[in-house]
Amino acid sequence: MDSWFGFQVIWDNMAHFLVGRYPSGPIGGLALTLWLAVVSCALSIVIGIFVGLLCVSQNRFITYPVLAVVNCIRGIPLLMVIFWMYFLLPAFMGMVVPESWTVIAALTIFTSAYMSQIVQAGIEGIPRGQTEAGLSTGLSRNRVMVFIVLPQAVRNMIPSFVNQLVSLIKDTSLAFIVGVAELTHVATQVNNRTMVYPAQIFLFIAIIYFILCFMLTSYSRHLEQKLAYRKAI
Amino acid sequence: MFQYQFDWSVVLTGQYAQWIVDGIKVTIQLSMASIALSFLMGLIIAVMRMSQVAPIRGIAHGYLEFIRNTPLLVQFFFWYFGSYQILPQAVNDWLNARDFEFAAAVIALTIYTSAFIAEDIRSGIRSIPKEQMEAARSSGFSYIRSMQHIILPQAVRLTIPPLISQFLNLTKNSSLAMTIGVAELTYQARQVESYTFRGFEAFTAATLVYLVMSLVITGLVTLYDRKVLSPTGMK
Repeated sequence: MDSWFGFQVIWDNMAHFLVGRYPSGPIGGLALTLWLAVVSCALSIVIGIFVGLLCVSQNRFITYPVLAVVNCIRGIPLLMVIFWMYFLLPAFMGMVVPESWTVIAALTIFTSAYMSQIVQAGIEGIPRGQTEAGLSTGLSRNRVMVFIVLPQAVRNMIPSFVNQLVSLIKDTSLAFIVGVAELTHVATQVNNRTMVYPAQIFLFIAIIYFILCFMLTSYSRHLEQKLAYRKAI
Repeated sequence: MFQYQFDWSVVLTGQYAQWIVDGIKVTIQLSMASIALSFLMGLIIAVMRMSQVAPIRGIAHGYLEFIRNTPLLVQFFFWYFGSYQILPQAVNDWLNARDFEFAAAVIALTIYTSAFIAEDIRSGIRSIPKEQMEAARSSGFSYIRSMQHIILPQAVRLTIPPLISQFLNLTKNSSLAMTIGVAELTYQARQVESYTFRGFEAFTAATLVYLVMSLVITGLVTLYDRKVLSPTGMK
């Protein structure tokens, strides 16, 4: 064992961990992890808001089926959703879908279900008086929702969105299973090549994820405190 | 896709059905073992987190933050590939003689879930108003007795729903054990798929099993909320 306790291996493979085989090959590593997380997060916020609005609809024929689907997605492991996308996407699209988009689709569907619950809780958290006041000034129900309730609700939801982004960053590691070369996959490659320092390699990877996620968690706590302060005055 | 001939007999009868059943058994064993251990460990961490001694509190806090902000899959690989560097030789030999993959999965799931359970337990205890403790102390109960008779009975009632949803998360997370070769439900579904090319049927079977487990448990928690918590005015 050298004097670096094996951390030399990590230093030697640093570029590989950060960007994969880029620029001589496709981008990978940490950069791909971030790309997967950010794209899925953006998509699932949009879909989550839409589905969340359906969940608080007055029409039971809309809310019940939507809630049933949301609860089913929440009831199965993400790994299952990834396998489903892996099978279904090529069949439905009638073409070969790149693995990274399979993973983005799976992460988006999975996270949208959780986002919709956040949106639902956020909308229900806005006092009823806001809706009543809006309606009595002659706005339609939909306009009250879009222009009065939703903007206030979204502000309260931002910390929860950030927490979901943290979950997403952690969940991108499952892209490993369909062979997408994100950070965890690169780590297993380096581990297979070097063989001798698995603990160091995976600890290093864990620390990278930790730094990213911890920064975001702290930021979301900060936002929560700011919101609580604003509510108090 | 639409010309696909479904053949459900693949997952309903014979050898492949047996694989799925075996997978369910392993998923349940893995989850039960990890649930018991992670509850125990979560309790210890929660107590450490509320300790009067700053260094103990600090260690528990660091543990919680690190574990919660790291992917479970990386923790699986860390324990699976790295255990020979970390655990003592005797422990490794003992595990190797039995089922090493299973043990690594239990370790990873326990450590990951205990961090979430500790926070649930702590917030359960903190949600009991301080006045309860003060009232108990001033009527002559010792600290331990007031915890035992006044605070904990109320806190436990409040903590049961989040704890059960953590256990449910753990059961769903146990699917990751397939990556290190534990033959649980997802692993077996994939086995059936690669032997028969009946991926659709195999994954439907596995999905339904997870779904039934989740929906039944979530239903019970909702019932508990309505029948037990709501009448007491605690929620």
